[in-house]
Amino acid sequence: MSDMNQQMAERYRNNFLKEIEEQAEMGDWVKMCMQCGVCSGSCPTNFHAGWDHPPQELFMMIRAGKRDEVLESNSMWMCVSCYNCYVRCPRKVPITHIMHGIAEYAYRIGRAPKNQPTQFLSKTFWDNATKTGRVNEVKLTQSLYFKNGIMDGIKQAMAMQDVALGLVKAKRLNPMEALGGGHKCKDIKGIHAMLDKARELENKRKGRTA
Amino acid sequence: MARKEYAFYPGCSSQKGASASNYLTSVESMCKTLDIKMTEIPDWNCCGASISYAEAGELPRLAMNARNFALAETNLPGQDIVATCAACWLGSRESKERLEHNSVLMADTNEALKEAGLNLKVIPEVRHMVEVLIEDLGYDELAKPIKKPLDGMKFAGYVGCQTNRPFGISGESFENPMYLDKLVETVGAEATKFDQKVTCCGGALAFSEPDKAQAQIKDIIEAAYDSGAEMLVTPCPLCQANTEVYQGQINKKYGTKFNMPVLYYSQLMTLAYGGTAKEAALDGNVIRARKLEEFASK
Repeated sequence: MSDMNQQMAERYRNNFLKEIEEQAEMGDWVKMCMQCGVCSGSCPTNFHAGWDHPPQELFMMIRAGKRDEVLESNSMWMCVSCYNCYVRCPRKVPITHIMHGIAEYAYRIGRAPKNQPTQFLSKTFWDNATKTGRVNEVKLTQSLYFKNGIMDGIKQAMAMQDVALGLVKAKRLNPMEALGGGHKCKDIKGIHAMLDKARELENKRKGRTA
Repeated sequence: MARKEYAFYPGCSSQKGASASNYLTSVESMCKTLDIKMTEIPDWNCCGASISYAEAGELPRLAMNARNFALAETNLPGQDIVATCAACWLGSRESKERLEHNSVLMADTNEALKEAGLNLKVIPEVRHMVEVLIEDLGYDELAKPIKKPLDGMKFAGYVGCQTNRPFGISGESFENPMYLDKLVETVGAEATKFDQKVTCCGGALAFSEPDKAQAQIKDIIEAAYDSGAEMLVTPCPLCQANTEVYQGQINKKYGTKFNMPVLYYSQLMTLAYGGTAKEAALDGNVIRARKLEEFASK
């Protein structure tokens, strides 16, 4: 068990609902779910393999205290942020944000599934965007393909070469960006100081010390 | 002085050489005709998009968006922020809503902003380009400068997710928004009955879960063909890229023969206003819209 996970498990003991309410973004809405299942029927990825538990099931599991099953689930990571569940929920539960919130919390305390591709994408995207203040699409694509080493990366890049060549031809992918070019903000230093402070304040507000 | 002035938030994908650079080119052409002045927010930064949620957490993401608000408020006071990208618009608007409804988050955000030498008092309105077109100008005004109506062309209006949910365009329904169809009709073309108009393209998961995303894209393109459309039109950069660039891979996987151009509404409007193929950035389409290229050269 990671330190942060242990710290939280001990603090909330047997009250997983309270843990989610206080720690996960928009988690205080979970108890408003009335188990109608409209969210599950509205989710575009719920019809593909990979989903363990649709949203309404996750919400009931939280209330039932199934901490391990929820935090280790792949389900939240299947969210495409389409907001279909969000606008259809008769109780106005911000389901999209809760899915992100539970996923983020599981990741933060080291309980999210290992090698989860969307989790890797989330980290890669944020690191890429905040390095210079703006996304570098070429470097983003490179980091995504080469995550499993150089051979796998070349294989993946080969499979995608038609897509990439089409974009380069249409001037919508600039290979020069890989060489340190690319777009950036002027006040990168200010942005980094701002983000460090924001992280520090968020940890303080949520009582996370690890 | 221009008819309308806005603080412009182009977003990462619209930059030169990036995946939606053709969107920006056509928006600039369209705005020139409509006498809309868009002044870029100086030193704007990424909104974080939806996908950064796990790594970013809440406050760092709010701080990024608040920095843009503060820069707009300082440098372009009194102007609404206008985004062309659906994710930029959603990320900014969501941040505005949260900060205005939560004084703790607002105080923390300002403390973080101080590190970047900024302070936030009033958050400007955050709007999408199509909102500006429809609400500030209206369909009649948009029709006035038309020189070459796109007669006889059939488009499937693909609204997608994030320009439609959770905020959407005022007065439109989430399940059946009509504004894109109306824009298509405004430029003289025909909007087909397209049942996948608000289906998700997979969003960022096109990278991390390509099989799932491509299955969704396949349904969207198939329905567009079934509706009798020759081309797809969309207001969102990620919808555009996802539905366009993966058609070849989908063809390999499913044995389909998709080859449908995917346009931005701003490209159609530029052409209807008499713009050239270059002004409409038709060379930025990976699947070339030959019919529109011919139309532009006439």
